[in-house]
Amino acid sequence: MTPLSQSRRGFLFKLGVGLNVLGAALVGIPVVGYIFGAPRRRTDGQSWIPLGPVDGFPAGETRLATYENPVRVAWDGATAKVACWVRRIEGERFQVFAVNCAHLGCPVRWFAQSRLFMCPCHGGAYYEDGSRASGPPPRGLFEYEYRVRNGGLWVRGGQLPTLSRPV
Amino acid sequence: MSGNGFAPVRSTLRWLEERAGLGGAVAPVLDHPVPRSTASWWYVFGSATLALFVVQIATGICLALVYVPAADGAYESLLYLNFQAPFGWFLRGVHFWGSNAMVAIMTLHMIQVFLWGAHKYPRELTWIVGVFLFLCTLGMAFTGQILRWDQDAYWGLGIGASIASRAPGVGDTLVHLLLGGPIIAGRTLSRFFAVHVFVVPGVLIGMIGLHLWLVLRIGINEWPMPGRVVSRATYRRRYEEEVHKDGVSFFPYAARKDMVACGIVVLAVVLCAVVFGPFGPHGVPDPTLIDTAPKPDFYFLALYALFALLPPWTETVVILVGPLVAIAALFLVPFLAGTGEKSWKRRPVAVLSVLVIVLIVATLAGLGVTVPWSPKMEAWTAAATPVRYVKGRTPLELQGALVLQNKQCRTCHSLGGEGGRRGPALDGIATRQTRDQLIRQVLQGGGNMPAYGKNLSPAEVNALVAFMATLRP
Repeated sequence: MTPLSQSRRGFLFKLGVGLNVLGAALVGIPVVGYIFGAPRRRTDGQSWIPLGPVDGFPAGETRLATYENPVRVAWDGATAKVACWVRRIEGERFQVFAVNCAHLGCPVRWFAQSRLFMCPCHGGAYYEDGSRASGPPPRGLFEYEYRVRNGGLWVRGGQLPTLSRPV
Repeated sequence: MSGNGFAPVRSTLRWLEERAGLGGAVAPVLDHPVPRSTASWWYVFGSATLALFVVQIATGICLALVYVPAADGAYESLLYLNFQAPFGWFLRGVHFWGSNAMVAIMTLHMIQVFLWGAHKYPRELTWIVGVFLFLCTLGMAFTGQILRWDQDAYWGLGIGASIASRAPGVGDTLVHLLLGGPIIAGRTLSRFFAVHVFVVPGVLIGMIGLHLWLVLRIGINEWPMPGRVVSRATYRRRYEEEVHKDGVSFFPYAARKDMVACGIVVLAVVLCAVVFGPFGPHGVPDPTLIDTAPKPDFYFLALYALFALLPPWTETVVILVGPLVAIAALFLVPFLAGTGEKSWKRRPVAVLSVLVIVLIVATLAGLGVTVPWSPKMEAWTAAATPVRYVKGRTPLELQGALVLQNKQCRTCHSLGGEGGRRGPALDGIATRQTRDQLIRQVLQGGGNMPAYGKNLSPAEVNALVAFMATLRP
């Protein structure tokens, strides 16, 4: 009698296992890439975005500006929009802050009278230059890189600012 | 009952039984003997949770017939469900109140089985699967809250992403995995829809099957008696004896209380849905509308409160390690105390642990409702200075009252009970601080107060402190 390892039955069993492993790998590898692909694209979303003419931001004031995220899909709707706080110190000196609190990402509000940013969630407060004033935030507000070109204000962004990747 | 009218029914059933054999498979499950002591009202929470899960599936499927899982259409489809789809408001209401009830009753079930010692030998695996079910249900609660795709959902995701970003080394990767892209947007919602509708329910159904199989295979936990110690050598034999001597068949002796309890919780959910209606959606999910104070649903209020109250230097460690330790502790319970006394009357540490945990969670959740740490952003224009604090004051002091109002001190400090509670109430501040201490505190801040040195002129500080020096009981 032929040993099982050399028999037709043994071969068929091995072939069955092998074909299924191959099939699982051919389907499984793209699935893993599909699900985990997003985080690999490190350059995702970082680009220069116009916020409008600098004249829209009077010196000494802090105003809310909005832009559409450069990386988007057609069905993002209103969530493609992003808000940021623009502080024009004077001339071409600006500070542009993310609205997201450095603590847990809630939207901070600007209070011109007390010159503070305040967070509604857990009570974080920041001074007008974005530095931490009080409360749980571990750092100041996230600040965008900016430039002024042809009378327009541009910021570099496109990413949800978090502690591991501040703007 | 044996009238001839039933003959066709009976013959149909016989026809089915001959082919499917379902009666033969189900009958032993219904008839299996259980200790008489378990036919108790305390043993109904598991069945009630299962009944709620069935309701969630039924209403969830109905909602998915209409709901649009796309960021630009989800909100409108929810409004359509609320106001136009026939009974859409009702189904959303049942799904919402059902989810609340499911988390609540499941928690009761967990506390009951723990106090009754049901996690001990030989039911360790039943407990572990139960912990998985608990975590999956909380996962359903969180992802379901996201599908409501309103301002709370949007900023709730922001909070989730901020927590994930704190993980050392992999924070950025986790954030992208969570959001499915660089920002909270269309791809994020699709992702959460798939998790809420396919992934977690699939896992839940499988785990529930395993949980029930284990209950059937090992037998339901008998009513624990003080002094009847669990030992690996004798427990199973003694259990078999008890079931044999004083057992009743599960159906209908124990099942009827389960049935009543299931009926009551489902009716309570229906009543809540009819009386209170569906929950939300609240503000439109437009990230540029920032005048919003996001808040989680009740099951996460305790966590939300914890994030506000932790000392900042402990935060990252507690946020990341705390949940892992808590989950690990739940999984380890049957291994730390797998034998010995079962009755809560002889397990003071177990009873105290439950009490302490319940008190902590309830206190934090209560604080999460009142949010004493949140600034009252409207107080400076909405809350008037109490008349008794302006009567008979000098012009300088009145000017100070204006400064206090206009510089938004009341965002954090209350006067006459109105205003924020982040800082101390200013009623009676003059009895606690001298003029010099007040000036120092206003200018330099400290103790969680921002410094106002740059934002106030010397004249304003002078007036403000003059006013505060009059605030006495």
